[in-house]
Amino acid sequence: MSTFPLGWRQFWSIVGKDLRSELRARQIWVAMALFAMLALVVFYFAFDLRVDNTAAVAPGALWIAFVFASVLGLGRSFAAEQEHGSMDRLLLCPVDREIIYLAKLVGNLIFLAVVEVIAVPLFAILFNLPILGGGLVVIVALGTIGIAAMCTLFAAVAGATRGRELLLPLLVFPLLLPVVIGAVRATQSLAVPVANEPPWPGLLIAFDVIFVTLSTLFFQYVVED
Amino acid sequence: MSTVTSRPAAPGRDAPPRPESNGVLGLARRYGEYVLGVAVAIGMILSIWAAFVYAPTDAVQGPVQRIMYFHVPMAWLAYLSFFVVFVASIVYLIRRDERWDWIARGSAEVGVIFTTLVLISGSIWGEAFWGTWWTGEARLTTTLILWFIYVAYLLLRFYTGRTESGARNAAVLGIIGFVDVPIDYFAVTWWRGAHPGETYVLDGTTVNTPAAVFIALMLALATFTLLYLFLMIQLYRLERYTTEAQRLRAQVEYGDTGE
Repeated sequence: MSTFPLGWRQFWSIVGKDLRSELRARQIWVAMALFAMLALVVFYFAFDLRVDNTAAVAPGALWIAFVFASVLGLGRSFAAEQEHGSMDRLLLCPVDREIIYLAKLVGNLIFLAVVEVIAVPLFAILFNLPILGGGLVVIVALGTIGIAAMCTLFAAVAGATRGRELLLPLLVFPLLLPVVIGAVRATQSLAVPVANEPPWPGLLIAFDVIFVTLSTLFFQYVVED
Repeated sequence: MSTVTSRPAAPGRDAPPRPESNGVLGLARRYGEYVLGVAVAIGMILSIWAAFVYAPTDAVQGPVQRIMYFHVPMAWLAYLSFFVVFVASIVYLIRRDERWDWIARGSAEVGVIFTTLVLISGSIWGEAFWGTWWTGEARLTTTLILWFIYVAYLLLRFYTGRTESGARNAAVLGIIGFVDVPIDYFAVTWWRGAHPGETYVLDGTTVNTPAAVFIALMLALATFTLLYLFLMIQLYRLERYTTEAQRLRAQVEYGDTGE
């Protein structure tokens, strides 16, 4: 592990580059946050919410809003690189592909965290669910990691095609089903504790480990040129 | 277009030219496919006969149970296809031989068609026996998700065209998609509470199953496996000709040096 400090520096310089360009251009997170809020409001009007069904319906609305916003925003993970041709230069740098992927993933997680900090309070107010707290933070973080891992990898896949933004949701939604099921169920059991539920947070951790490992391993094949 | 080479007739990028077919191997190569095709045709006729005439009518389910003789083999074929996509994708990423990519692409096409047929035949059976076209049962839901994953796989291939990067990206999806299937299955099982299985007395392994049911099912399974081989040979050849044709076209358009 003699290269560890170097890899660490490379990692943070890519993360820093993405954050700086995002702070200057605000291409992704403003749109993502607005979209997530809008989705929550649409769900608020679409469902006939009553006291007895809110706990069953609202977590689904939250996670659909997150997944849709992620696909919309993270689909542009590599858009700047692909549009300006800087992807080739990034790949020419003597940096491991794994480090590039993990840096992109962490950058995306930071964008998503900002979006969620805005969207979750709105969710709690609109749906009137008193589930804000440490448990929700953990579950939102776990679900977000799985979603971001798949979106980041397949943003690179879809971005290299003619399909672009059209293709990404078709690729990731079926793959993300386990994470969405787990996150919705875990959020529901925060609102209304259910007996005999499987340990969803633990399962979410397992899904995250599998998805992050797979994406980190296979990213090199996607960007190899 | 890094795949453009100056050897239009070579079957694979790294493959030596095909030897002239002689002896037993040559005979098998020349006529094996026809033998296989005839075997599939005979097997299909026999399977239909066995399913509708030879096998007894199910005491509980009635005639609708006969769907099983095609539903189960088609499901087997669909899962087999996607397993082949998985293996061929791994080998492609390691060896970078485009012939493995052709196998993966062809197998995914076969798999999607048969997954569609499985979903349709299963729904018909469900409507007749359960009284509903669809339930949230784990195996049904997983098969539906499987269908979505591999339709997206074909769509990805459509959008990328026959390029090397397209083949690599598709291989990544072919591997991750297949790994995702058991995870989906478990997630859906837990989501519904773990009680699949007992709704399916379809497996032909229950105690009082007559031998005729078992024989008819095995016959159909064998026939559909041969059908898969037959279809794969056709699709492999189609892939080879398509790639060669594309290469020739590229040569005409861009000259002999490639792009």
